[in-house]
Amino acid sequence: MKVAVIQFPGSNCDRDTLHVLRNVLSLDADLIWHNDFNDSSYDAAVLPGGFSFGDHLRAGIIAAHSPAIDAIRKMAEDGRPVIGICNGFQILIEAGLIPGALLRNSSLKFVCKWMNLRVERSRTAFTNLFEGIPQIRMPIAHNEGRFFAEDEVLDRLASEGMVVITYAGENPTGTSRSIASLSNKEGNVVGMMPHPERASDPALGGTDGLRVFESMVEWVRC
Amino acid sequence: MLVGELETTLTPEEMEFARRQLGREPNGLEWAMIDAEWSEHCSYKSSKHVLATLPTSGSNVLVGPGYDSGVVDIGDGYVVTMHIESHNHPSAIDPYGGAATGIGGVVRDILCMGTTPIAFLDALKFGEIAESDHSKWIMKNVVRGIADYGNCIGVPTVAGEVEFDICFERNCLVDVACLGVGRKEELLLAQATHIGDGVYLIGGSTGRDGIHGATFASRTLGADPDQDRSAVQIPDPFTKKLIIEVSLEAARARILRGCKDLGGGGLATGLSEIADKGGTGLNVHLEKIPIREADMTPIEILISESQERMLFVVKEGSEGVLDGIVRKYGVGSARIGEVTSTGRIMVFRLGEQLANLPTPLLANAPTIRRKGRMPRVRNLEPAPAHSSDLGKSLLGVLAAPTIASKDWVFRQYDHEVGIGTIAKPGEADAAALKLPNGKYAAVKVDGNARFCDLDPYVGAASVLAECCRNIVAVGAEPVAFLDHCQFGDPNDEEIFWAFSRAVEGIADFARGYPLPCVGGKVSFYNQEEQNRKAIKSSPVISVLGLIEKPSHLTKMGFRDDGEVVIIVGETKPELGGSEYYHTLGCVGKEPPSLDFELEVRTQRSVLECIRDGLVTACHDVSKGGLGVALAEMAIAGGRGASVDCAPLYAEKMHSDELLFSETNSRFIITTKNLSQVSETLSTANVPAIVAGTVGGDSLHFGLGHSLLDFSLETLREAYMDSLKGILEPWQK
Repeated sequence: MKVAVIQFPGSNCDRDTLHVLRNVLSLDADLIWHNDFNDSSYDAAVLPGGFSFGDHLRAGIIAAHSPAIDAIRKMAEDGRPVIGICNGFQILIEAGLIPGALLRNSSLKFVCKWMNLRVERSRTAFTNLFEGIPQIRMPIAHNEGRFFAEDEVLDRLASEGMVVITYAGENPTGTSRSIASLSNKEGNVVGMMPHPERASDPALGGTDGLRVFESMVEWVRC
Repeated sequence: MLVGELETTLTPEEMEFARRQLGREPNGLEWAMIDAEWSEHCSYKSSKHVLATLPTSGSNVLVGPGYDSGVVDIGDGYVVTMHIESHNHPSAIDPYGGAATGIGGVVRDILCMGTTPIAFLDALKFGEIAESDHSKWIMKNVVRGIADYGNCIGVPTVAGEVEFDICFERNCLVDVACLGVGRKEELLLAQATHIGDGVYLIGGSTGRDGIHGATFASRTLGADPDQDRSAVQIPDPFTKKLIIEVSLEAARARILRGCKDLGGGGLATGLSEIADKGGTGLNVHLEKIPIREADMTPIEILISESQERMLFVVKEGSEGVLDGIVRKYGVGSARIGEVTSTGRIMVFRLGEQLANLPTPLLANAPTIRRKGRMPRVRNLEPAPAHSSDLGKSLLGVLAAPTIASKDWVFRQYDHEVGIGTIAKPGEADAAALKLPNGKYAAVKVDGNARFCDLDPYVGAASVLAECCRNIVAVGAEPVAFLDHCQFGDPNDEEIFWAFSRAVEGIADFARGYPLPCVGGKVSFYNQEEQNRKAIKSSPVISVLGLIEKPSHLTKMGFRDDGEVVIIVGETKPELGGSEYYHTLGCVGKEPPSLDFELEVRTQRSVLECIRDGLVTACHDVSKGGLGVALAEMAIAGGRGASVDCAPLYAEKMHSDELLFSETNSRFIITTKNLSQVSETLSTANVPAIVAGTVGGDSLHFGLGHSLLDFSLETLREAYMDSLKGILEPWQK
């Protein structure tokens, strides 16, 4: 399978993600400049973390209007796996692929910290290997990760199984219902604030993140 | 002083020197260029001959001081670059923008060597935040400035230190060091060597921000700091991120002959320095420089310190490749001149020559031999009474802002981007980072203004010794260091004496180690103009170490119950300059002594124990003394220990001296292999005692006749929550 890691101006977790896909998981992965990405032979796509377009205007909104997102939308409709990590999650939300909004953390500060997480839904393209492993750890690092939506929307997200991962215990950002990750209804598009690529080496604190990408391989294989 | 329209910091002697060398009166633009390049900030004219005493060579040093970054060979075809910068004056006026542009500046120094920035470290000094709303405001915004900028450009901020003292109330110190990594064969230097090469200005446009920034940094802050606001530059981390990508892509494409960061002194400085290093001249065409405001004068264009700009010297014939790269990233690029054989910097506007100065004259300010005078003994205060409640004293020292956990600070920094931070803030004495050759780099930055104030020679040497101890404690061998000397007005003979003594202390310790200095910075004029109050002498040192094998990496938290706690080194009654005295409102007469030979021997033996796989946790004993060091190990490891300090008591030593003395040359290590550790230490004749064992959820201190006992929770509360409680009392 082939994975595309989309690089926007200001992306800064692009090479970290590429490293994990290529060198840890031995996947065929390409780093593609956002203007050059169009629907193609890729089986899956990653929108990596960072500060696309410097977070100007609002985190993720300018990237959400990049031509690359038209191709991402097509992949999403085809049922191919798409993951947005951190800024990538912000882009998915600004592109309307996932509902709601990500607001400034309630502390009004950037927070970089390993968190205890709970996998709420394992029937997605990025969590299917977490069946029976609900407690995991991955780090977060962001300024705008406080998920917000109206109560009806939050209820619908819960009832339709779109809440993928929540914070277990401490809620670091004041996010609604401790939400750390959401998916679309079909489960092939996932956005998450935690960084799986930073949790892919035991020496750096854990390997739960590897399972996120391995789930993607599993989803494509089945 | 005024020359025509221009306010200058040049002295009458310097102006006479310039006239004599040139054989005529320079015109206004030429004076402005000379003024920027000859500022203390850019030229090191007062400090050069003092700094020349530092040892700078070593078999692993590829580039030492004098270039934008020091370059250290780490083997296997790779190099590490390192540099340190401060943005003290700008941060005192606009803490957010000042701190942000400070890190924006130091990252360019790494980039222009053709290397990839991989880590920042910050050393910050503020006033007493518990008492001063002004210092709280400064600190919050400095930290946010560093966070917003560093996080955005994707370079982790991995370690640092923060000191608080009333002397920094109006003159905060904001130092940032940056580390880079690259391939040896791709190294670039800031020089223009080939006649005919094009000189390109890459990045943002040139505006009116940062005008006179270098001269502003070369005098004391005025009574009304708002007047200096235009000397502070405007940060734009997004453009910087793109410049990083462009610079690295251009370096990899091998189209650059040289690369130069535009910082203090702007184009005037950058252009003259690349030409001087290359032994060439440059023609510059002002109309080619993209400017933000149409009516900028030639002087403003040449001395503006607008951020996010780089100078590229591009190989003739490679212009097309550069064009492709800047187009991809949407970054501005303009060919503003070319390298010539004239040996002169010539400035033109639409063909009309506006300035014509010999490169060496511009780039080499005449040095100033300043006088130093040893101050009269100042401190006659009586020593305070010994503490009657040691438990309360220890919790007080743990919660003192200088000692307390800096969690509030480093949580705001993305310290993990780049997936190389193998020892994170709060886990170990230094940060450790993965290197492309399989080794780890260890880095730390340290300072100790109170020691240096009491005795600049011993104090500054102790700062270097402590920084090396921190590097050794994580299992690394120190390989190079940077020094950043921060003092008041060098016209004051006592201050210049302190500066000279501090450098002497650093140089003597470094020579004995031996450890090469690969770069640094000097920042004078950290002083209030009205009351002539200077900061305490504040040299800051950053040491780079190499961890040869991943298994050598050692952290500070207690690991397993039953491990033996060993206190390495002798504890003496040395409370001068200690944090304990500071909490009592006094200073003391002299800092702890430093036996250079014992210090080095102790570090060598501890490193040997670590490399032999005998050490499970290691922590240096410095600020706060033994009490704080043991508490930090317990908090970091989440487990307690029982320690009997009775064998440590020297004759007539009081318990507070034992707990809080900041005696040099000490470590605490834990081991499962007591006999081998003892043998290694005693063979090297390094004093050490077996003090206790790890275990339980509280920390017991046996202190001769008394006993102290703290639950981990009590320690954690004092240590972890203190800064947050002071800065954000409403969050509690």
